[in-house]
Amino acid sequence: MAPTADLVCRDLTKDFDDFRAVDHVSFEVPQGSFFSILGPSGCGKTTLLRMIAGFQFPSSGDLLIKGNSMIGVGPNKRPVSMVFQHLALFPMMNIGRNVGFGLRQRGVSSSEIKARVGRVLERVGLPGIEDRQVDQLSGGQKQRVAIARCMVLEPDVLLLDEPLGALDLKLREHMKIELKTLQAEFNTTFVYITHDQSEALVMSDNIAVMNKGKFDQIGTAKELYYEPANAFVAGFVGDANRFEGKVTAVNGQIVSLVTGGGVELHAQATAGVPAIGQRAQIFVRPEAIALSKDPSQGSESPNASKRIVDSVLFNGANSMVILRDPKSGETIQVTLPQTGDLLGLTKGETVLAGWHPTQARCFASGGAVDGI
Amino acid sequence: MIPTVPQSSALKWSYRAYVSLFFVYLALPLTVVCAFAFNNSVFPSLPWEGFTMAWFFGTEAPFIGVFHERSILRAIGTSAFVAIWVSGLSLAVGTCNAFLFVRHDFRGKGFLYILMLLPLIIPGVILGISILVFASSVANTLEDATGLWFDGLRPGLILVILGQFSFITTFATLVISARLQKFDLSLEEAALNLGATKWGAVRQITLPFLLPAIVGAGVVSILMSFENFNTTLMLVGSDSPLTITMFDKLKHGSTPVLNAVSLLLIVVSAALGLLSLIFQKSKE
Amino acid sequence: MVSDRSKLGFYLLLSPLLLWLVTLIILPHIGLFFVSISEKIGVREYETGLGNYAVFFNEPLYWRTFARTAFMSISTTVLTLVLGFPIAYYIAKLTRGRTKTTLFLMCLIPFWVSELVRTFGWMILLRETGVLSNVLQYTGLISGPVEFLYNDAAIMVGLVYTSILFMIVPLVTTLDSLDDSLIEAGYDLGGSGISILREIVIPHAMPGIVSGCIVVFMLSLGNYLTPILLGGKDSLWFTGLIYTQFITRFNWELGSAFGFLLLGLSSAVVFLGLKLSRQSLSNTMGR
Repeated sequence: MAPTADLVCRDLTKDFDDFRAVDHVSFEVPQGSFFSILGPSGCGKTTLLRMIAGFQFPSSGDLLIKGNSMIGVGPNKRPVSMVFQHLALFPMMNIGRNVGFGLRQRGVSSSEIKARVGRVLERVGLPGIEDRQVDQLSGGQKQRVAIARCMVLEPDVLLLDEPLGALDLKLREHMKIELKTLQAEFNTTFVYITHDQSEALVMSDNIAVMNKGKFDQIGTAKELYYEPANAFVAGFVGDANRFEGKVTAVNGQIVSLVTGGGVELHAQATAGVPAIGQRAQIFVRPEAIALSKDPSQGSESPNASKRIVDSVLFNGANSMVILRDPKSGETIQVTLPQTGDLLGLTKGETVLAGWHPTQARCFASGGAVDGI
Repeated sequence: MIPTVPQSSALKWSYRAYVSLFFVYLALPLTVVCAFAFNNSVFPSLPWEGFTMAWFFGTEAPFIGVFHERSILRAIGTSAFVAIWVSGLSLAVGTCNAFLFVRHDFRGKGFLYILMLLPLIIPGVILGISILVFASSVANTLEDATGLWFDGLRPGLILVILGQFSFITTFATLVISARLQKFDLSLEEAALNLGATKWGAVRQITLPFLLPAIVGAGVVSILMSFENFNTTLMLVGSDSPLTITMFDKLKHGSTPVLNAVSLLLIVVSAALGLLSLIFQKSKE
Repeated sequence: MVSDRSKLGFYLLLSPLLLWLVTLIILPHIGLFFVSISEKIGVREYETGLGNYAVFFNEPLYWRTFARTAFMSISTTVLTLVLGFPIAYYIAKLTRGRTKTTLFLMCLIPFWVSELVRTFGWMILLRETGVLSNVLQYTGLISGPVEFLYNDAAIMVGLVYTSILFMIVPLVTTLDSLDDSLIEAGYDLGGSGISILREIVIPHAMPGIVSGCIVVFMLSLGNYLTPILLGGKDSLWFTGLIYTQFITRFNWELGSAFGFLLLGLSSAVVFLGLKLSRQSLSNTMGR
């Protein structure tokens, strides 16, 4: 028996005066899962989140929380809580009064408020800080207080509006893990929006990629990364080398394409095979490209070719190398393993680079793919 | 209570109605003052006797227009004279104060800053009488000692200028300090680094940066000086500025010539105020 | 050498400030105090004593006028706050961009115009032959001309009108700095309009409320034009008494004592307001 989803959106649409911010979005978030909405700024994800919170009203469509429609319900009457982008902790109150705010609104007795505030602060790892002021806390502590302020109300769904955006890089990495732990600890449904793909990939059970008001794909991190549904997802989630050109041959799902620079490349088309003569794009992950210093090895790969090292970007385990095609001048980015004879690779050397066609994805250019 | 939170439409509309009503309240007195400047009657009141421009350009009694009414023209001249002096002095002292309070740290700074703010919370009438009493006693002492006359210290334009200057300077200081605080000191350092002298750097870099604030403070000073009544009333001598002249006329019953002057005042002050705002916006 | 020159610069900047404060603010007030404690006993003969203050307390007309002025100024302040807060909130929180600028300017324009002109406007509206009386007669609500001037209500209308901007401007400034997301967070956590107003909006706006109240109170207390013109001869406003003693009766000693009492009251209220709201003068007035 499938439990009812905590949050259901059906054909949710929001029109502003001159454009459509959210365009027929439908999805379900099961109880206790971590759901992320990932998209570039301006894609409509904030509008979508604010509709769930109750600060925007859908132009059409329905929104259900625990099976109850939320249309016409004010933000103060919904069983959802929100962690705001800049946290919105009340500077005119101390931490205890901040966390107790929601309970006071419900008319809970002050002794019980005290007990529950104490308990929730303990659960987020900040016991006994009730009397401190907001500006006495560090960035990470504020983050946890903001979550505690919501969790003390035991909401059905917790909404998070890019709360890590204001933190510095190191703290952000740390908070990613902590957020995931807190979510497991409270076992509450989290809906998280971000433009940072690594935040979404690391924390989420399911991710929706949003672009121009629509969901391009919903899936697990792995699915988005390895089986992108279209060119936008392939380009937005993770790093990828992108080539554009004209389709010259199709063999089952394997498409052959000639780039503007005259290089022939091969890739798999999983979402609709483009016709011969059509324009198409190929995406290859940097780590999918195999490098070899020995030019005699590469003949078995159809994409293999000799390329010149343009520059080496050393970054420990994440080191990259930029290779240039001697004929066309096109460059690609390749993960540089810090092992074997590739270790000492320097500018100007020639290497053999190639990838198997099934590890690259091909999508038809233009609007052809969008409908799928 | 904010646009993103739903409200019942009854509440929304009654709120809007209240706001509209408030703006009617704001506009009403000024509107009637302006309207009656064109009434063809010797009293600024109903009934409406028809449209006339006589209260601006008329030359025959009782319809003597503003531009031919000697006492009012002279009062406008006096007010302008006072305003120019007051704003000039206030800007000069205000700019010095701004540099002192923003750029220097010294003992007693906090105390001096509070003293500097005091004129804001001293009622204008008291400022007026205290300066009047002090100037008179100084004049008495000097006259007793020297046997000469010190008319400058008796009620008159000099005291009016000093009285207005004594509190308008605080406004000028606040406006100019606020702008100076936003100044990036490294710009001045860069100028020094490129070979400018200290004064040269201030003159070529800092003062142009302060210009919008100085112009804004200047306009505000002129407006405040023009409309000041309380302090001026206590210090005025035989040459009365515009507000005092109008007050006297008003007490003895008025003709719509006062409406005409008022209309001109409204137009000029609104224009000056808007100009200074636009100037400050364009510089930011 | 460098430090000597900057020392010189420092004193050059300091001297105009000191000159201004000492000769126009400090010495005149000390002088005012000394005049207020001197009693005239003959032609140019004086004696130190509190006689002028005794006169004030022994003459009911004087201290009643004083109390009345204080009470009406407090009422004006409260009324201005209650009327102005919704307007300031509307401008700061419910309007955006061009509308906001326009509304704000519409508030400002009347106050760039002389107080005399504004009061004159109210006289035209309220007097017996005025616009209001005529309109009411025309609509049939009253049968003959009615004098709306020369009463306390007229004084209040005028005082509120004259000082409301000084309430609205600091309120708009502080409310503007209140992040919308704080109000949204309040709603999101289940707050109602009233509780958010009480717990979030008003605490945030406190500095603006205090500075607005102080300025409005002071302006009303020290006002002369509005009570005299709208309240008429019997307006019984304390500044009117000061004017009479100084200019009409030429009794500067008693006038100075009155002035000092008024100054004392206004300073006490400012001090009390700052203490109660735990604000400092520099924060509230320095803007």
